[in-house]
Amino acid sequence: MTAGSEAPGTTGTDFELARALDVASGVPDPEVPCVTVADLGILRSVTRNEDGRIVVRLTPTYSGCPAVIAIEMAVQTALLNAGIDSTIERVISPAWTTDWISAEGREKLRAYGIAPPVGSSGGRRAFFSEDVIACPRCGSTHTTKVSEFGSTACKAHYRCDDCAEPFDYFKCI
Amino acid sequence: MAAVETHVPAILEIADDCLILGHRLSEWCGHAPILEEEMALANMGLDLLGQARALYAHAGEIEDKGRTEDDLAFLRREREYRNCLLVERRNGDFAHTMLRQFYFAAFMQPFWRDVAAGSTDATLAGIAAKAEKEMAYHLRHSGEWVIRMGDGTEESARRMADAVIELHRYTGELFMASPARQQAIASGLLPDPESLRAEWDETIAAVFNEAKLEMPEIRVMQKGGRDGNHGEDMGHLLAELQFMQRAYPGQTW
Repeated sequence: MTAGSEAPGTTGTDFELARALDVASGVPDPEVPCVTVADLGILRSVTRNEDGRIVVRLTPTYSGCPAVIAIEMAVQTALLNAGIDSTIERVISPAWTTDWISAEGREKLRAYGIAPPVGSSGGRRAFFSEDVIACPRCGSTHTTKVSEFGSTACKAHYRCDDCAEPFDYFKCI
Repeated sequence: MAAVETHVPAILEIADDCLILGHRLSEWCGHAPILEEEMALANMGLDLLGQARALYAHAGEIEDKGRTEDDLAFLRREREYRNCLLVERRNGDFAHTMLRQFYFAAFMQPFWRDVAAGSTDATLAGIAAKAEKEMAYHLRHSGEWVIRMGDGTEESARRMADAVIELHRYTGELFMASPARQQAIASGLLPDPESLRAEWDETIAAVFNEAKLEMPEIRVMQKGGRDGNHGEDMGHLLAELQFMQRAYPGQTW
């Protein structure tokens, strides 16, 4: 996360830019509202361009994620409500990875009942290989994958074999 | 400019592959054999539609004639679509759908990997980096089903073997390069599909071996999609895909 340089023609701290970063960082993800766009690493930067306009750069999680436009609108609206007019830029490169979810974000996911991604993202994986996913409720690693694809593109569906709770797992990509 | 003449049709070939296969997967909505696969098929279809959108938008920008992603997806005629025949093949049973997905993903995952690593087009490389991760997921999911069904019950094995007989002859087109594609390869935009053949062969052979499936001997591979010569199924597919825009031109959500 980077806040941009000072606005042209001003001296000292750019308070509006700092506030824009603060407001944008606090916007919750529409599908996983326990975490913010900053926690997920979707918010890439908040800067001021040469015309003095606030520019927010966001990156989509999946190519077909239906929340992309909702997230962009939510950030723009939150900034408008704070009296800040902004331009939203969609950045596709570098591609978002679950490695960008902050430690705090992972803990928030777990507390919300979603097992955070395990390990780091990679390319092709072996057929039928299974990661050990800990149940977000009881912590048991005695869990079974029910479905590779869950309630949203970014999640898989698991069941805990100890406490018997079904839960979502945030897939590692 | 040469870039527009070759760049745009080369990108559209790939975009059409993604759109048409994504649409095929969407046809399973409400018909999948189990709930988990309903979600899987819809999710994979969504990935492909997302990739198609990004590619159409990019092609439209390079072309600079004001054609949007919707114009390209919904308002071209059948002969203008340049998808390979494999992706337009009807869904058939679950075995057909999963095998088609496996053949396609086994090609696209390394394809996108190489585009991401080496394309001279930075936007395309960005789309590729995301798409590669998604196709790795599709490859794993569909490959597991090919193994599960091929080495499953008598009926599942028969269905998967039938799917191989039906679909294998459409895989050759994945490796053929149209004139536009050859230009794009020469200018470093896309990798030569021929360079991916050994890896694809190996992926297919390993899965067929585990699935106890026989590799068919195909003398003549089917082709035509890249020239706009589609099979009978394509018209039916487009009738549904394009209905809303044809009936209510310019309609938006």
